[in-house]
Amino acid sequence: MATIELKKISHSYQMERCGELPENSRLDAQFVIRDLDLTWEKGSANALLGPSGCGKTTILNMISGLLKPTAGHILYDGRDVTDEPPEKRHIAQVFQFPVVYDTISVYRNLAFPLKNAGVPKADIKRKVQQVAEILDLTHVLEKSAGRISQAEKQKVSLGRGIIREDTVAILFDEPLTVIDPKEKYVLRRKIREVQKELAITTIYVTHDQHEALTFADQVTVMANGRVVQTGTPAELHSEPASPFIGYFIGSPGMNLLDCTLEDGGLSCGDFMMPLSPKLRKAISAHGPAFKLGLRPEFVQVSLEAKPGFTPWTVSLMENVGVHLILTLSSNGIKIKSRIPTQERVSAGGRVWVGFPEAHVKIFKDETRVY
Amino acid sequence: MKNRAWLFLTPALILVSLSAFIPIMTVINYSLHLIYPGSIPEFFGLGNYTYILQDEIFLESLKRTFLFTLQVLLVEIPLGLLVALGMPQKGKLLTVILVMLGVPLLIPFPVVGMLWHVFTRSDLGVVPKFFNLLGYDYRPVEHALDAWLTILAVDMWHWIPLVALLSFAGLQTIPEPYYQAARIDGASKWATFRYVTLPKLRYVLIIAVLLRAMDSFSIYSEVMMITGGGPGNTTNFLSLYTSSQAVGGTDLGIGAALSMVYLFVVVLMCYVLYQIMTHAGQGGNKA
Repeated sequence: MATIELKKISHSYQMERCGELPENSRLDAQFVIRDLDLTWEKGSANALLGPSGCGKTTILNMISGLLKPTAGHILYDGRDVTDEPPEKRHIAQVFQFPVVYDTISVYRNLAFPLKNAGVPKADIKRKVQQVAEILDLTHVLEKSAGRISQAEKQKVSLGRGIIREDTVAILFDEPLTVIDPKEKYVLRRKIREVQKELAITTIYVTHDQHEALTFADQVTVMANGRVVQTGTPAELHSEPASPFIGYFIGSPGMNLLDCTLEDGGLSCGDFMMPLSPKLRKAISAHGPAFKLGLRPEFVQVSLEAKPGFTPWTVSLMENVGVHLILTLSSNGIKIKSRIPTQERVSAGGRVWVGFPEAHVKIFKDETRVY
Repeated sequence: MKNRAWLFLTPALILVSLSAFIPIMTVINYSLHLIYPGSIPEFFGLGNYTYILQDEIFLESLKRTFLFTLQVLLVEIPLGLLVALGMPQKGKLLTVILVMLGVPLLIPFPVVGMLWHVFTRSDLGVVPKFFNLLGYDYRPVEHALDAWLTILAVDMWHWIPLVALLSFAGLQTIPEPYYQAARIDGASKWATFRYVTLPKLRYVLIIAVLLRAMDSFSIYSEVMMITGGGPGNTTNFLSLYTSSQAVGGTDLGIGAALSMVYLFVVVLMCYVLYQIMTHAGQGGNKA
């Protein structure tokens, strides 16, 4: 396994590899990835999270060598591998759709990379047994790989990756997309287990925040070919670096309101949120226009008027079992709130809403200032 | 509901019975009678069949047709696949190639025969001239081997494009990750072909093999135009013999019986081929 580094990576599907990028702003639109620097530590479990089309798969393909970046370098433990073909890089990659050699048995599938590398038969047998054990595939070893379930196929393609002893890292490209909901949970846990057991550098690409946050120790969130924030799942949740992260992470996403700094506090449309001197001091240098962010679980809802609370109308009420998701509106502004199911609110009714300052985040353009 | 379904099916059933069922029944009926034009048919039981099965020319032509089909499959399927593998994936050149491959398929069979008849004629053909330059005396009308190879070459010219087009279409449907995974697994070119390309093309190739088997087993026009079955009986295929017995012969019953045997053999052959090919790809159970 290894530490994987991306250094000043840029990629355009229309351009050949070149040492230096031409300074031509007209070409900018072609770039799916621009000047990206990323590091994944040896043995860590990482996720690459972002909406479809943000360049996640492009990055994976560059790490495994299926794609050569237009500019920049890829390093394994400090060694530049940018020009090495995939078969020399010893990377395991699991694709969105399970890839197995479906006319041969699971056993021969697992043995395939070893056979290609010329490993002696006895060693192959031992390794295949071992990997089958880890992945719970022992009972299907003799079956044709075309006749096992999707989840098992995905395990086989993972197995082909980890069976080689020199595997540097495992890359997952949305591996659960076509898996039955029932098996999804089991497979996800298995992947996590294998990662822990082998302590192998893993990069898990997904657009599903739940998958990313449950799998990884370190999550990198991307948008439009750029890294927006890297952090632990808890950090992303409580300390979002931008309104995008706030909205993208969490379910439902963070409430974001446009507001302006005035003498009495932050004015968001028709209500005013009073500010403590500390908060005012922190943001006043950044000019009058801000975005106020507050996660739905911190929006306080009360049936009676309280000091500092403002009146809102409940325009939608969704019951998701353990709690209620309320959509509250006031003069065209909508926010969401997550409250316990026992609360006796009703759709169309009036509630009083408070914004606790301890949980409020303030953004200026794309960055957080408080 | 069930009755209404039959109502909707009726037109199709009438068409099928008129075009297939009734003619086949008529042929079966004929094959069981002695039928000389101008006289009343006389029931003959399986007599026609026993006669055919002892007919040397029939047995020879049956063997010959099998041999020809076998050669066609052995040559055209791999070559067609090879052409498809060598074709560019996109671009202008691909368009040109696709059109060129399509041309032979557009030409009606008798025209193909006529074309090659002219090409191979010893007085004005380009093929004999070419072989003469190489110092080979090419005479399809007199030499059995020349005649046979000519027919085979014409069939290849005519039908390799079909196999190539089918394979090309099949290749386009193989998802890229299969090749990417094979690269990551360090598979050689051959291993990639053997474990990715070939299995994924299995169903396309089954279609190609069945089409080529059926068509080459009933090759007629080209042979008729180029060699007429000669020299001697050396290119007298089952189709030629059957039609000569049915159209030119004196006893319609024999022609009918020949047709029935012909049909039976084609169906049987296709069934066997299909069984072999669908099971060939699943040898995975032995590790």
